[in-house]
Amino acid sequence: MANAAISAGAPVRPVKYGSISRDRRWAMRWSYFFLVLFVIFFLTPPLYMFITSLKSSGEISAAKNPWWVYAPTLSNYIELLTQNQYLVFFRNSALVSICVVAISIVISVVAAFSLARMKFWGSATLATGVFLTYLIPDTLLFIPLFKMFAFVRDTTGIELMNHWWTLIIIYPTLTVPFCTWIMIGYFASIPKELDEAALIDGATWMQTLTKIFIPVALPGIIAATIFAFTVSWAQFLYPLAFTTSTDELVLPVGIVTTLIKGDVFNWGQIMTGALLGAAPPLIIYAFLMDYYIAGLTAGATKG
Amino acid sequence: MADIAAPTATAVAGDRRTGLHRLMQRKSTIAFLMALPLILLIGILVLYPACYAIWLAMLNKSMSKFVGLGNFQFLFKRDTFWDVVFQSCLFAITAVVFKAIIGFVVAHFVHNIPSKGQRKWRGMLLVPWVIPPAMSTLAWLWLFDPAYSAFNWILAHFGIGPVPWLGEAAWARFAVILVNIWAGAPFFMIMYLAALKSVPEQLYEAAAIDGAAWWQRIWYVTLPMMRNIIAITALFSLIVTFANFDIVRVLTNGGPLTATQLFGTWGFKLGIESGDIPLGSCVVLFMVPILAVAAAFILRDISRRGSEV
Repeated sequence: MANAAISAGAPVRPVKYGSISRDRRWAMRWSYFFLVLFVIFFLTPPLYMFITSLKSSGEISAAKNPWWVYAPTLSNYIELLTQNQYLVFFRNSALVSICVVAISIVISVVAAFSLARMKFWGSATLATGVFLTYLIPDTLLFIPLFKMFAFVRDTTGIELMNHWWTLIIIYPTLTVPFCTWIMIGYFASIPKELDEAALIDGATWMQTLTKIFIPVALPGIIAATIFAFTVSWAQFLYPLAFTTSTDELVLPVGIVTTLIKGDVFNWGQIMTGALLGAAPPLIIYAFLMDYYIAGLTAGATKG
Repeated sequence: MADIAAPTATAVAGDRRTGLHRLMQRKSTIAFLMALPLILLIGILVLYPACYAIWLAMLNKSMSKFVGLGNFQFLFKRDTFWDVVFQSCLFAITAVVFKAIIGFVVAHFVHNIPSKGQRKWRGMLLVPWVIPPAMSTLAWLWLFDPAYSAFNWILAHFGIGPVPWLGEAAWARFAVILVNIWAGAPFFMIMYLAALKSVPEQLYEAAAIDGAAWWQRIWYVTLPMMRNIIAITALFSLIVTFANFDIVRVLTNGGPLTATQLFGTWGFKLGIESGDIPLGSCVVLFMVPILAVAAAFILRDISRRGSEV
C-alpha cells in the first residue's frame, strides 16, 4: 500500500526534486534495515534473560532450542519473590538508592545555586573542580576508602565495613559531582532578572532558591534525580568491596555472589533475579525517557 | 578606670557581634556555607582518598614500613603487570573506537527516518545503557556459557564448531570488548544524535546543490560541525572504559589466567582479595596518567566553550 501511494505520488512532484527525494527514500529504507539489525543486537541479551527466566531447570539443561520456551513457567519468579534473601537485597538496594538520591539532590541543588548565582572567592575554580572529580573513577578510590574505614574503626570504634548503610555515605561521591554540574547548567540558563526581582522584593537567598530556582529548574532536578538513582542502583564495585554477609548485600552483588552457588549455576533464577533487578531503572526510563536523555546529554551540551 | 573600661569593653563586644553578624549576612559567606557540604564531601571522600592512595602505594605489604618506589619497581619486573597494561590499553582503545563508530552510524540511521518514529527507535536502542551493567553482563555470561551457549547453538547450524567464548585468551578478550561496546554504544548514539540535530539543515542543502556525495557531506559538513562533541564524548568514554570493573569482573573475573585483567580488576584482586593493599593501590594508580591526559583535554574544551559564551 505504502509503495503504491509513493509511486502514484511521484510523477506529480516537480522533476528537479525527483533525484533528491528518491535518494532520501532509499536512504530511509536502508536506515530501517540497519536499525532493525542494531535493535536485534542491542535487545538480544535482555530478551534472552526474559526467555530463560520462563524456563524450568529441566528445560534449560535439555539440549533443545535455547531461543524458544517450550513449557513456560513462572516458578522462578515465585521462588525468588517468596525467598527472604532476595527481598532483603531488594530492600537494601531501595533504601540505599532513595537515601542517596535525597542526599545528592539536597547537596547538589544548594551548592549549584551558590556556585551559579552567588559566587564567592574561588567559586569558579570549584565549579570546574567539581566536574573534574566526576572523572575520578571508583576503581581508583576503593582501596584507600577500604583502609580509611579500618582507620575509623580503630579510632572511633564505629564499624563501617559490612553494613549496607555505609554505602549511603560513599555513593554520593559518585552522584553529587555530576548532579551539581547538571544543576549549574540549568541554573545558569535562568534569566538574572528573575532573581534580582525577588531580591528587590526582599526575598532572602534561601527564598530565592526555593520559591524561584527550584520550580523553574524542576526538569533539571528530575534529570539529576534519575541520574543519581540509576548510578546508585547499578553500583557494583563499592558493595562488592565493602559488604560481605548476605543480609547486607545490595541487588547487583547479591545476585552475582549468592545465586551462583559454587559451580552450580541455576540460570533460570539468576536471569529472573537480574531481570527483576533491572526492572526499576527500566520502568523509570520507560516513563521518563526525555528527562533521562536530558540528563545524559546535559554534561556535554551545557556548561 | 573601671567606669571607663566597662563601656569600651561592651562597645568592643557589641562591635564584634555586629561584625560577625555582618559577616554572616554577607553574600559570599552564605554562598560558601551553601557549598560547604559539597566541598566537605569531595574533600574527605574523593580528594583525600586519592592522595592517600599515593601514600599507601609506597608502603610495604604489612603497611609498617615506607619503601618509596619499591612497589613500582616490583611491578615493573612482573610480566603479569605488562600484560595488564597491554590488555587495559587494548580494551579501552578498541572499545571506544568501535563504540564511537557504531554510535555515529546508528545516530545517522535514526536521524534519517521520519521524526515521528525516531522516539520509538531511540527508546529501544538505549536499553543496554539503562540496565545495570552487572546484571546485563550476567545475560552475556549465560549467552557465552561453555556448555549451553545460545550463540554456539546458532553457529552449529552453519557448521561452525563450538567457540570457546570465555575459555581462550583471544576469544575472552573479544568477548569483554564486545560486551563493553554493547553497553556503551547507545550513549554515543544519544550524544551524536543530539549533535546531529543541531547541525543546520541548510548546510546539507547547500552541499547537495554543490553536488556533494553522501560521504562528502559527512566528511565536510557533519564531522567538522560535530568535532567538539565527538571529542568530548570519546574522551569521557575513554576514562570510564579504562576504569571499567563490572563487565570484566562478572564475565571473566580476569581469566583465563590473567588475559582479560584490567587495572581496576587486578587492583581489586591484589588489594582486597589477596590483602596486599599497597600493591593494589599501586596498580590502580597507573590509571592516573591516562585519566589526567583525558581530563586535561576535556577541561580545555570546557574552558574554551566558556570563553565563547
